[in-house]
Amino acid sequence: MDNILHVTSAPHVREKTDTQRIMLYVIISLLPASIFGIYNFGWRALVMIIISIGSCVLSEFCYEKLLHKKITIKDLSAVVTGLLLALNVPHTLPFWMVALGGVFAIIVVKMLFGGLGQNFMNPALGARCFLVISFTGAMTSFTYDGVTGATPLALLKNGESVDVMSMLIGRTGGTIGETSAIALLLGAIILILLGVIDLRIPGTYIITFAIFTLLFGGHGFDLNFLVAEIVGGGLLLGAFFMATDYVTSPITPLGKIIFGIILGVLTGIFRFFGPSAEGVSYAIIFSNLLVPLIEKWTVPRAFGIVKEKKEKKEKGGEKA
Amino acid sequence: MSLKTFKGGVHPYDGKELSKDKETTKLLPEGDLYFPVSQHIGAPAKPIVQKGDTVLAGQMIAEAGGFVSSPIFSSVSGTVKGIEKCRTSVGDMVDAIVIENDGNYTEAAFDEVEDVTKLSKEEIVEKIKNAGVVGMGGAGFPTHVKLSPKEPDKIEYIIANCAECEPYLTSDYRRMMEEPEKLVAGMKIILQLFDNAKGCFGVEDNKPDAIAKLTELVKDEPRMEVVPLMTKYPQGGERQLIKAVTDREINAKMLPADAGCIVDNVETIVAIYHAVKLGRPLTDRIFTVTGDAVSDPRNFRIKIGTSFSQLLEAAGGLKNPAEKLIAGGPMMGFALFDTNIPTTKTTSALLCMTVDEASKYEETACINCGRCVEACPESLIPSRLADFSQQKRMEEFEKWYGLECIECGSCSFGCPARRPLAQAIKTMKKDALAAKRKK
Repeated sequence: MDNILHVTSAPHVREKTDTQRIMLYVIISLLPASIFGIYNFGWRALVMIIISIGSCVLSEFCYEKLLHKKITIKDLSAVVTGLLLALNVPHTLPFWMVALGGVFAIIVVKMLFGGLGQNFMNPALGARCFLVISFTGAMTSFTYDGVTGATPLALLKNGESVDVMSMLIGRTGGTIGETSAIALLLGAIILILLGVIDLRIPGTYIITFAIFTLLFGGHGFDLNFLVAEIVGGGLLLGAFFMATDYVTSPITPLGKIIFGIILGVLTGIFRFFGPSAEGVSYAIIFSNLLVPLIEKWTVPRAFGIVKEKKEKKEKGGEKA
Repeated sequence: MSLKTFKGGVHPYDGKELSKDKETTKLLPEGDLYFPVSQHIGAPAKPIVQKGDTVLAGQMIAEAGGFVSSPIFSSVSGTVKGIEKCRTSVGDMVDAIVIENDGNYTEAAFDEVEDVTKLSKEEIVEKIKNAGVVGMGGAGFPTHVKLSPKEPDKIEYIIANCAECEPYLTSDYRRMMEEPEKLVAGMKIILQLFDNAKGCFGVEDNKPDAIAKLTELVKDEPRMEVVPLMTKYPQGGERQLIKAVTDREINAKMLPADAGCIVDNVETIVAIYHAVKLGRPLTDRIFTVTGDAVSDPRNFRIKIGTSFSQLLEAAGGLKNPAEKLIAGGPMMGFALFDTNIPTTKTTSALLCMTVDEASKYEETACINCGRCVEACPESLIPSRLADFSQQKRMEEFEKWYGLECIECGSCSFGCPARRPLAQAIKTMKKDALAAKRKK
């Protein structure tokens, strides 16, 4: 044996999927919504996406370079953040604002808390909320086909009617990535088929929100209103692509379900009882803060533990 | 139709096609043989031979060191050269009896039993105990202890662990294909000990021919049944197997007997047959030499004590330089830095890998994806347990059920951040158990 053998702890084989590949899957699944956004809103949407991704990746690179840390941009997580951020802003936003948002997302929300895996809030959503608060006008004015107008959700809030069919296809005003329900659902199916996410969070989120809408939406059992509320605004984008962000959602199976329920209720409260027609972003970042607590409450019982307790009781009973 | 299984688990590449259709060939050992005195869980055996003694094949050379212990037998005839320290497949240095093989394989006398059904329960257990039978799947728990539960009437299932879920290993499969009668006869002997029990052969469905063979053999046995199981790692884990076959769950503090079960591996049950019917002690077993670096992957019937290096040579040696040699399978086996070690009652395979991808991966940050949670057959949160281990937070580790870990490695296998989760958990588990013993 003249060569030197490796000696490491078991297991000696690993699955192929790594973090980079998972991020790549997320990017692929966001492509339908991105492409539709570019088709719907024109070249400005494409430039917005490029600037946003560039800003995020560059921020991460510079931060790590300056602090002499390992460069981690090739894990593609900054690309995902940049893409999500771009999909969450209107195409009319001045480019420098989205660039600033990218810097905020990476430096403030992600890197200052320890980088990938340590942030407690979804970076893209953190940046979106930062932009909404800082530049409310630019972030909430939506132009569609050259006409500035209200989004379908805002119309609904004012008691006006909307065309559900065009909302499904996405021929409406809104942020770059949120308008087309079909494109988003296509992406969601890709994510589920590739095993990146399961339905625990988005499923309970959407179902809870639907129930909340029926009970408190003020329209009773109005199917048109219900569907419009679900496919309108950021709900689908948020439920499938941002609430499911691994880092900022619970790791426990039961925790995921509780997380989804909280999201549904909060989104309902914000949408129907708040001043804005939107509520998804705030619902998600607020719920992000509850994750450690949810996890602590939902540590699953290990295999075989339940039975032991029962048996102890039985044995105790026999003795007594 | 859904096959019986458990929750969690992973699907590693199984590599069994390399050796599964290679019929076993007998291999006689060369040179001096080393017999470690500890080839089982429990007290080490006490040597009863001295330097210069001549021994026969099948002669006891070390007696049990207590109730939870097991005697050791020489697998060859020859002369005792003394007791030396020797390295085992798990890396420990232990005392071993060294025997110079005379190449004649002169056997001691064994008393075969004409009619096993006439033996009393005590006689059967005694014969198993005196033949040095231990769990040959890897754990090495003395079988006579397992077969002496506090309440034998409450045992309802004798489960033959024919899952062989560990990738690459084919020794149990070969035994089932070549000598299934012995397996069934061994099961019959065990059932003689437990009046209320049913014998179940749990086989993964990737071995349909073994399932067919066993089903044919037990069709006239009212107390036996073949249970096809889903092919999934770790289906052959004791707790997972019990869950799949009986839907009962046990935890780390319980014994299978607490759920009315006794689980024995294929080789062990065959050894029980040899011990009780033929009166032969445990001196041989089936051993697989496999992996992409081996010239001729195959299965051998070996004399326990044969060195790993001779087995590798007998399989044609390495065709490519290997980066990693493993005693056992890729999920739970032990990496070797030398093949100059003896086989024991519990070693079942030598796996030679040309490329060792696993140790080249770079660990990155945990992204909390939960793949370890989905994979864990014990419903644990491996990523958190590994954090607790690294932070030395023993209390939280136990609160999050860290001691329930069965060390199957499924969490590390699926981790996209390439974290050594299982390694971290095993480390803390060892420390926590040691701390408990001190108390």
